[in-house]
Amino acid sequence: MNIVVCVKQVPATTEVKMDKETNTIIREGVEAIINPYDMYAVEEGIRIKERLGGKVTVLSMGIPSVAELLKTTIGLGADDAVLLSDRAFAGADTLATSYALSMGIGKIGNVDLVICGKQATDGDTAQVGPSLAEKLGWPHTTYVRKIEEIGEDFIRCQRMTEDGYEVVEMPLPAVITVVKEINEPRLPSLKNMMRAKKAVVNVWTADDIGADKNLCGLKGSPTQVVRTFVPVHDISSEMITGDAGEQARKLADKLLTMQFPVGGC
Amino acid sequence: MILVNTKIIFIAGLLAGYACRHQQQPHGKGVCFMDYFLTEEQQMIKELAARIADEKIAPVAIQYDEEGIFPHDIVKVLADSDLCGVYIPEEYGGLGGGVFEMSLVVEELSRACGGIALAFAGTGLGTYPIILFGNEEQKQKYLPDIAAGKKLAAFGLTEADAGSDAAGVRTTAVADGDEYVLNGTKQWITNGEEADVFTVIACTNRSRGARGFSAFIVEKGTPGFTFGKKENKMGIRASCTSELVFENCRIPKENLLSREGMGFLVAMKTLDRTRPGVAAQALGIAQGAFDEALKYSRQRVQFGQPISSFQAVQHMLADMAIQLEAARALVYQTCRFIDSGAKDFSKESAMCKVFASDTAMKVTTDAVQILGGYGYMKEYPVEKRMRDAKITQIYEGTNQIQRNVIALELIKELSKK
Repeated sequence: MNIVVCVKQVPATTEVKMDKETNTIIREGVEAIINPYDMYAVEEGIRIKERLGGKVTVLSMGIPSVAELLKTTIGLGADDAVLLSDRAFAGADTLATSYALSMGIGKIGNVDLVICGKQATDGDTAQVGPSLAEKLGWPHTTYVRKIEEIGEDFIRCQRMTEDGYEVVEMPLPAVITVVKEINEPRLPSLKNMMRAKKAVVNVWTADDIGADKNLCGLKGSPTQVVRTFVPVHDISSEMITGDAGEQARKLADKLLTMQFPVGGC
Repeated sequence: MILVNTKIIFIAGLLAGYACRHQQQPHGKGVCFMDYFLTEEQQMIKELAARIADEKIAPVAIQYDEEGIFPHDIVKVLADSDLCGVYIPEEYGGLGGGVFEMSLVVEELSRACGGIALAFAGTGLGTYPIILFGNEEQKQKYLPDIAAGKKLAAFGLTEADAGSDAAGVRTTAVADGDEYVLNGTKQWITNGEEADVFTVIACTNRSRGARGFSAFIVEKGTPGFTFGKKENKMGIRASCTSELVFENCRIPKENLLSREGMGFLVAMKTLDRTRPGVAAQALGIAQGAFDEALKYSRQRVQFGQPISSFQAVQHMLADMAIQLEAARALVYQTCRFIDSGAKDFSKESAMCKVFASDTAMKVTTDAVQILGGYGYMKEYPVEKRMRDAKITQIYEGTNQIQRNVIALELIKELSKK
């Protein structure tokens, strides 16, 4: 089984700070980590490899320093790491990111399964997994909480829903995104950590993967962040008192003055 | 008055810096100020052990202590992380490190729980006789499984009447054809019931005293080998301590380590190498207690200010930090000395064990004092460390015996000149 796990570098904080001038995330001074949801994807990839044999390649798009972060996944048991890094990729939205990743997967070649985390903790869009599947022309299942079975040419998994789960079977190659319920990520092992120290992360440019630069980075991103702001919560509340009938009358009057349609029998 | 206040704020600021640094780098990087120039590999080992301590051991330490649960799950984590074999030669599946690598792991694990760390450290004690004195077949047979964490080991020397006076061993081994027949009872054996491989010291020739001792490898499940009393201990309660009972226990002759009559030497050479492990355990226990005390001193408010702003508390914290750092420097340097291939290091090994364990007793007692009433309560994580620290002054040779060893070596060295 040839598996690719897509990971993203995110700031190690839940309070992402934005640069108001450029509308981008301020990354300086904040420790960079691999998106925690992606760590479940890495773990699942390694578990499948341990069961069925094959290879796990970890793929990311980002600045050159992400290469060091990718090595930590080799410390966990991934075989190889690829970083797509090029000025042409800068400022990518989820569409341009998915395009670049799909081209990277094309270059890796003969991939059976792509695993992504359900979403990243900085952008929280949850779009790249499904969008990547569209770019590849492969089926996908999101929010996978368990892989029931993988065969030569199919995968059957449990997709978490709000009130339970669905069982979805797809032909391979396919893309899945996983939730944290799927496994408990392992700690690295010394032997893998030593392998990781010596490992060389393949860094590929837009040209290396044959990407159309018009579809990469800012140029390829229809999403433009016009402005960012912190929503102000200044809701004031008023308690309506009296018996039930009185309260209902007062509420109806309020809604009328606020011009909400009030229907009734 | 203003000057005095400024000083207090300055010192409080320094302490805050220490705490902050420690919190920011929880994985073995920030636990001390000093750079001990560890190799890249040693740093990796320390950080990995620290992660296991913080993420896996700390959350269960109080419960395992309270209920006396042996940490099989943690042993599995250590095995999966390749840490079980750090001190075992590479050709037998280990990482080829030495006493230093073993001690770094013990220190970090003990920071979270000195009892849980013993599953690893006690195995080291049981394994070193095989590393040092085993023949090729014995090493091939036992070391790979221990390195992989599939088997735990234990060392059986102490008996009811042979404690500090190790020469008082009564357990006998009598040659009978291709076998030895063991009879006797070993007491207070760390990893007791949980180990798979035991190195046992028994008497093969009583007329020769300590020179009549021999060392044997005994496997769990050998007929005639059972476990007696399981001890209910003051501390290190997640560790299993039990009696080994040999009643006409027949073991093959190939399980003799080295030669007949070498048993006492096997034991002494082993203990010289593993005492720094006890020192590292003491160091880790003390560091854990210190970290808790420092953190608490910043949070606890009395008389309208954190207690860390009071000089009485500051001086205690400063003394604890000084002693810890001094102990660490001695332990690390002793490990390096041993691993450099030194021939005789009984004195140094004893020194680091005495100093680190006495330090641990003092630092953990002071940590309880800083936490005050809370420190005495089981819900708070320092009384356990005070209980755990005590054993490090007692086992693998009491600190009194260590001082005898040190003094004797000093006199011997002088008389040689």
